[in-house]
Amino acid sequence: MSKGRFGRHGGQFVPEILMNAIIELEEAYEKYKNDPDFIAELNTLLAEYAGRPSLLYYAEKMTKDLGGAKIYIKREDLNHTGSHKINNVLGQVLLAKKMGKTRVIAETGAGQHGVATATAAALMGMECEIFMGKEDTDRQALNVYRMKLLGAKVNAVTSGTMTLKDAVNETFREWTTRIADTHYVIGSVMGPHPFPAMVRDFQSVIGKEIKSQILEKEGRLPDVVMACVGGGSNAMGAFYEFIEDKDVQLIGCEGAGKGVDTDRTAATIATGTDGIFHGMHSYFCQNEYGQIAPVYSISAGLDYPGIGPEHAALHDSGRAKYVPITDDEAVNAFEYLSRTEGIIPAIESSHAVAYAIKLAPTLDKDKIIVINLSGRGDKDVAAIARYRGEDIYE
Amino acid sequence: MSKITDAFKNGKAFIPFVTAGDPCLEVTEQILIEMDKNGADIIEVGIPFSDPIAEGIVIQEADIRALASGTTTDKIFDMLAKVRPQLSCAVALMTYINPVYVYGVEKFMAKCSELDINAVIIPDTSFEEKEVLQPACDKYGIENISFVAPTSNERVQKIAKDATGFMYCVSSLGVTGVRSEIKTDIGKMIQLVKAVNDIPCAVGFGISTPEQAKEMTKYADGVIVGSAIVKICAKYGNDCVPYIAEYVKSMKDAIR
Repeated sequence: MSKGRFGRHGGQFVPEILMNAIIELEEAYEKYKNDPDFIAELNTLLAEYAGRPSLLYYAEKMTKDLGGAKIYIKREDLNHTGSHKINNVLGQVLLAKKMGKTRVIAETGAGQHGVATATAAALMGMECEIFMGKEDTDRQALNVYRMKLLGAKVNAVTSGTMTLKDAVNETFREWTTRIADTHYVIGSVMGPHPFPAMVRDFQSVIGKEIKSQILEKEGRLPDVVMACVGGGSNAMGAFYEFIEDKDVQLIGCEGAGKGVDTDRTAATIATGTDGIFHGMHSYFCQNEYGQIAPVYSISAGLDYPGIGPEHAALHDSGRAKYVPITDDEAVNAFEYLSRTEGIIPAIESSHAVAYAIKLAPTLDKDKIIVINLSGRGDKDVAAIARYRGEDIYE
Repeated sequence: MSKITDAFKNGKAFIPFVTAGDPCLEVTEQILIEMDKNGADIIEVGIPFSDPIAEGIVIQEADIRALASGTTTDKIFDMLAKVRPQLSCAVALMTYINPVYVYGVEKFMAKCSELDINAVIIPDTSFEEKEVLQPACDKYGIENISFVAPTSNERVQKIAKDATGFMYCVSSLGVTGVRSEIKTDIGKMIQLVKAVNDIPCAVGFGISTPEQAKEMTKYADGVIVGSAIVKICAKYGNDCVPYIAEYVKSMKDAIR
């Protein structure tokens, strides 16, 4: 079995032209991840620049309104750039700089990862180019301008379905044309080894903070930790610290779009099958001939036909559970959290909020749920308004 | 000796590529016949994939056209069952790992063997991951073609050691597509391969003109041409066959 496996998932399925680049990355990561200077430098950036630790907030009104389990919200939306993406990006861009790279490239779906990458590149003086599906540059026009403001070049990808998977394809293609000075900052726990493990490690700060914060507030571990899952980086970051704590239930919430019984869905665990794509063995939405399906979710960040290999393994072992959440449920949750707690969540994160709304009333009042709120919803306001029939454009 | 290595005995080998089902499988069938007649030594038949990450825009668009025309792996096998007995050259299938894996690697290679398909060329399966293909390839006698690239450096040695059939030498950085100039030291790349394994070396990525092909065969045992042919399919559609025949002939004549 090759390197970077999670059960039968993972691996390094990339063209030969990229192999030395990912081996070089793997070696650099192995070297720096235990290097005290690197760790100190990254921790300073996370604290002084990104604003960590993020708050663990007791959602009292929501808890009372739902009348069941006690709900805490991990406020990744309060990080600099408005989502958890900054955790991984600061780690990878710092690593790339140590490796002597002068240019970073990245894919983005909703634009959160692109904005975070452009931000870190601006901070650390790196050239930056972002690849974003044409459909997403239209859906998230403000984020495109934001990235440009930060000094990045944004390429609208017009191949395939013009969404996140096509942005990933195009970024891989770009990487093969220019490897020596360029690092590909993959935004999720996906792709060839070492990306899934490395991105998880950079995101695992979320779960570590949740654990110490909940122990301080409640004196015990939570019963449930839940997060939305596209590729799955915020979920993996929230889950990882709790994997050995078998009494903590881990729940990933997938973008079901119009429903898992329609072809307008992006719920990979619910509808996907075994495959090998984007460098990894995992589950993918695809047809009987292995052609990747044109997936759909209202959330550009969950609009991806695969899932990170470690999630696939957690699903296989039953350690984590994955549930589909429809557009309607997510939009309702988006509005609910805004109204109830005065927090406007990203439409991605709203998928986790939606499941909490379903689950909390079924649990006793002494149970504790932690929702990882991966990002803030400012970017989604115009799209949600249009979903509700308002004629608002950004 | 396999049919693949035999294909390098007729002077320098010309290895044309075509995306099956672009514009439709009936035309592909005619293309294969004409390629064979006009000097192809191995034909690389592409099974279209929705997300071909090693391809430039020309072959990406061919894949989209082929899939839009209803092409599937089974329909390609049906077409090959009909046309393969009429072809004297070797035939390789080029695709990505997912269509093969989802079809079932064992079932796929068994089908190749049944139809006298001689090799598979799968760019997104690294040397480190070849175990996903190799046992079934060995069982059914299908060559699993290895790649070396300008970035391979010290990896060339271990890749070459295990390589069979021929070595696919990637001419340049980037994806497939026509290039005006190839800057990599192909001679050195091939020398590194041959120092370890006396295997035929064919160069691909970026070659389109007879002059380039001639230049490459100063060092290489063969040249692989994809995008230049797919461009002819795109330009002439259903009427592309005679143009491809003429092109294949001109390329083989240049390196003969």
